[in-house]
Amino acid sequence: MSEKVLRILVAKPGLDGHDRGAKIIARALRDAGFEVIYTGLHQTPEMIAETAVQEDVDCVGLSILSGAHMTLFPRVVDLLAAKGAGDVPVFGGGIVPDEDIGELKTLGVKEIFTPGASTKQIVDWIRQNIQPRA
Amino acid sequence: MSSGNAARKTQSKRIRPEYATISGMEIDECYRAGDGGGVLGEPGRYPFTRGVYPSMYRGKTWTMRQFAGFGSAADTNARFKYLLAQGGNGLSTAFDMPTLMGYDADHARAEGEVGREGVAVSTIDDMSVLFDGIRLDEVTTSMTVNCSASILLAMYLVVGERQGCSWKKLGGTIQNDMFKEFIAQKEWICPPEPSLRIVTDMIEFCTREVPRWHPVSISGYHIREAGSTAVQELAFTLADGIGYAQAAVERGLDADDFGPRLSFFFNVHNDFLEEIAKIRAARRMWARIMRERFGAKTDRACLMRTHAQTSGVSLTAQQPTNNVVRVTVQALAAVLAGVQSLHTNSLDETLALPSQGAVTVALRTQQILAEESGVVNTVDPLGGSYAIEALTDRMEREAQAYIDRIDAMGGIVRAIELGYPQAEIADAAYAFQQATDAGEYVTVGLNGYTMEEDHKLEILEIDRAIEGEQRERVKAFKAARDQQQVARLLEAVRSAAVEDRNLMPAVVEAVRGGVTVGEISEVYRRVFGVYQDPATV
Repeated sequence: MSEKVLRILVAKPGLDGHDRGAKIIARALRDAGFEVIYTGLHQTPEMIAETAVQEDVDCVGLSILSGAHMTLFPRVVDLLAAKGAGDVPVFGGGIVPDEDIGELKTLGVKEIFTPGASTKQIVDWIRQNIQPRA
Repeated sequence: MSSGNAARKTQSKRIRPEYATISGMEIDECYRAGDGGGVLGEPGRYPFTRGVYPSMYRGKTWTMRQFAGFGSAADTNARFKYLLAQGGNGLSTAFDMPTLMGYDADHARAEGEVGREGVAVSTIDDMSVLFDGIRLDEVTTSMTVNCSASILLAMYLVVGERQGCSWKKLGGTIQNDMFKEFIAQKEWICPPEPSLRIVTDMIEFCTREVPRWHPVSISGYHIREAGSTAVQELAFTLADGIGYAQAAVERGLDADDFGPRLSFFFNVHNDFLEEIAKIRAARRMWARIMRERFGAKTDRACLMRTHAQTSGVSLTAQQPTNNVVRVTVQALAAVLAGVQSLHTNSLDETLALPSQGAVTVALRTQQILAEESGVVNTVDPLGGSYAIEALTDRMEREAQAYIDRIDAMGGIVRAIELGYPQAEIADAAYAFQQATDAGEYVTVGLNGYTMEEDHKLEILEIDRAIEGEQRERVKAFKAARDQQQVARLLEAVRSAAVEDRNLMPAVVEAVRGGVTVGEISEVYRRVFGVYQDPATV
């Protein structure tokens, strides 16, 4: 019996144009056997949530280096819930100070990968924590 | 050559050679006479391999130009004054994402972003506050801004005017390098061709009206930060420069007139030898490009003046004090390579914008190099080193191959449309990540020499209240204007855009009349269209 391949949305919210990390993650996840949809840059939280629903993804990864994560990450979480996709886990990475990680998790972000995290760590975390959407 | 390595290489399935630069360029065990060099020439003489001025730092130390900007204009004005008081002798402005992308602080897309990655500037009042108490004819200022550069430059000129400074006295640089935006930094409004038109308008305008200003800083820094190799950084930067020079020539400008207005900006990354070779090769290659391709007769037009910044991506969040060491090695490479101005990163920059304490250490790093290391006492001290000359020649050869390929595609605009430099960068970035994850490239504290850390750095926090305050300021400013006059000024910008006239006079007039960054950017969006990220992985 074959397992459903996980579909992962990798997204760049806000005006931040630093996409080196997001592209590396997207490629690493593809190499690890996941289906990856990359949104490209300059996505509003609305656009990301809409794409997540349209593409019927199993989780959403957000990358942000511009310091706007406290506004934009929770906004994505809330919009997914509003669209009936509140069961879709959201994780993220970029420049997120340790002090902010606790609050983001309280607001519904499942995990934050900080500078220095390896692609293996992220792939392993997804394999251990993300299931196909029911 | 290095026969000892051959046996080891056949055994392992490495992603990169065992002895390689951070870019993956294999390095010989030992370099000897005849491995490179040839005729080096004199410092200050074409093609400038050994340096752009005869006496280099004996005549004038490089400018210590620390990039700064956060929060409100008042916050950044205070940081500017602090840096000047501590011996920094040039200003460099970091703007926030909304400003950089052409949105005012009261725009929906600015939400959460105001003042967080740089200083918020929407109005001419913000710009005045930013430089309050700083005479613009007594300091040179660099502004890192690209797709909205026309507007920020106009604001700078108007602030200068208000201070009673003639435009002829204003010196500085505006980054305004749109090619590298599409390739690497990814801050854009409109597609490549109209973006190039705006850049060329600014080169033409400054050549005539603001003769001490550098209207473009042709940048490799961001290309490298996005993950390119050193050769790619060199090649794509020069290819971008060729694109701008070509556009200037097609606009009817003379190479000897615009040549001196062009400036460059390179990364100084970890690999000491590679970085010095890269910058020396860059000088020689650019000089030849200006003379042989564009017919510049004067040496002054062929001379590559360059700023450098130590690499941000090379820093670690783990054991951040180590970053001071990294920055010192990188800064020394920049000085030995002969740059004209330098920014040194702060130890806390993987986590936040620089704190005052951290930026002080970064500035002191440059001052110690200048005052205590002795390397400033002689020009191009590494000139003639077998390794440095061999690497300089090799960087030139390999970068030239890329430039030839881009020429064959039809030039840099076409190469960007084809996604060529972007794909090269993404591949190089992925290869480096793989080498790091495999432990083939060791970053101290990250994937080697790791340890539990119990102390926390005090990082700069941007008060969230700043966004609301700036939004209100901008709203109030807009409401207090003569709306009909604003509409007229915007219409003048629009018609200059549509009728293919140089945009700058209308933009300056608009900014004088209180039109904002976002309002002029919106005209660009409507006239030129909005570029969409191709979103390739």
